[in-house]
Amino acid sequence: MAPDINPLVLLLASILTSNILLANFLGLCSFISISKDMDSANGLGMSVTAVLTITTAINWVVYRYILIPFDLLYLRFIVFIIIIAATVQVLEMVIDRFSPALYMALGIFLPLITVNCAILGVALFMEIRGYSFLQSIVFAFGSGLGWWLAIVSLAAIQKKVLKAPVPEGLKGAGITLITIGFMAMAFIGFSGMLIVQ
Amino acid sequence: MEFLIAPIIVALLASALALTISILDKHVNNYGDVEININKGKKVLDVKGGDKLLTTLSSEGVFLPSGCGGRGSCGACKCKISTDIGPVLPTEKPYLSIEEINNNTRLACQIKVKKNLDVYIPEELFNAREFSGIVEEINDLTYDIKEVIVSIGDESIDFVSGRYIQLVVPPYGKIKESTQRAYSISSKPSERNKVAMLIRLVPDGIATTWVHKYMKVGDKLRLIGPFGEFEKSDCESVMICIAGGSGMAPFKSIFHDMLEKGEIDREVWYFFGARTTKDLFLLKEFQEMEKKWPNFHFIPALSDCSPDENWDGEQGLITDVLDKYLKSKITPSKHKEGFLCGSPGMIGACINVLNDNGIKDIFYDNFA
Repeated sequence: MAPDINPLVLLLASILTSNILLANFLGLCSFISISKDMDSANGLGMSVTAVLTITTAINWVVYRYILIPFDLLYLRFIVFIIIIAATVQVLEMVIDRFSPALYMALGIFLPLITVNCAILGVALFMEIRGYSFLQSIVFAFGSGLGWWLAIVSLAAIQKKVLKAPVPEGLKGAGITLITIGFMAMAFIGFSGMLIVQ
Repeated sequence: MEFLIAPIIVALLASALALTISILDKHVNNYGDVEININKGKKVLDVKGGDKLLTTLSSEGVFLPSGCGGRGSCGACKCKISTDIGPVLPTEKPYLSIEEINNNTRLACQIKVKKNLDVYIPEELFNAREFSGIVEEINDLTYDIKEVIVSIGDESIDFVSGRYIQLVVPPYGKIKESTQRAYSISSKPSERNKVAMLIRLVPDGIATTWVHKYMKVGDKLRLIGPFGEFEKSDCESVMICIAGGSGMAPFKSIFHDMLEKGEIDREVWYFFGARTTKDLFLLKEFQEMEKKWPNFHFIPALSDCSPDENWDGEQGLITDVLDKYLKSKITPSKHKEGFLCGSPGMIGACINVLNDNGIKDIFYDNFA
């Protein structure tokens, strides 16, 4: 039985109050490594949103119509991963062929997303929380937007940090992790607004 | 029966996905016949589209340098593409200067062949090709540096001293994929049917572990090249050469070539930096060279030797030794050029010393 949550509430919650990155800390590797310039951050954010939405939809169907009927819930990790990897490969090929401009923007980031744990995380949240198909898609899309918002914000902050007098020992990964910590604390400010589980 | 359901379901799901990918790959990734025009018609290739430009060219016998084997991490496979193939990818940007971006330079390993392309690659790369060789000698020069001499049989290699070659490392042990690594050629250009390299063992390095632990005399291997731009200039300037470890390789080739061609009027100062006497090699060879070539000066220096090593040569960091010689022993009035080969750290430090001593024409080949 799916929880009674308005999809709009779920959308806002997944973007802000339950941000997949800054509240659940999923997808940190690519978040840290690709947030050095705005163009790449935008491309990756867009790709994560697209892949999250598409793979969550496929994973929901497979989960509901294959894993549950055959009582194979213990296989969900491997099945979700296989689907994510295959979907990413298909998407890369199709986008490269039919939309070169879009491929330039996000195609090169797609292989990176295969191992982004935010993608698997959303599929597992969808299953644990018992979301309906619509709720799952809204949650995945919102989580993607939230991830995109977080990486673009970090890229913007990093641009400023580059000109800031950062102590020698904190330059690079050190100041980036501290920045992410402050961003996570700032997002806690949204947490009282909407609560979804 | 229940224990069969899980593997059957996973197998069916994986097969369905694999089939989808294969069908899509066959149809969507089919770009038909494509023409690659190299250097305004000097070579025209008719190929199947859909693969990376680097692999497409190499399958047609046109080899671009690629130290990383096409993974986009060395930035060596540069070529100019005058056809509009879209903006520079973020994976290419770190390896291209603004000037290169403006003159349509791209990384061949990142470009997919989708339509007819007009490509420009440097003329000397037409010399680069694949050689089949047999390991003729493996000599231990130090505890971690080996000299590998490869015979290429009846084939002949044409190169300028200072160039490098790519060694094709086959799968071995836990390494399941073939890869390539670049090594400077230490043999003379006149030895046209052999290629020698000096290879230092890098802990856990894929290629160096293979060379040091698996390679045997008589083994067959493949080489691709020659590549590179490192070479001595064609002038009378004093050559200040600095090497560390296996960075000796291109200098060995250059000096023997100069000696052979009788270019012994030119003044050469060769500084070789090492830590202890255990890290020194080929000393006698260069000391002999000093006797035949009065203007050649070989200065090995140790940075970390103990008194019981009985070392009576120069001691200290190679930068300090270099600075001392530039200030006190090397003719100050003559124009000088710096040539360096070694680790990026050593090269950076030596460039600073050369610059501080007024030497601005510097050429280097680093191991990055």
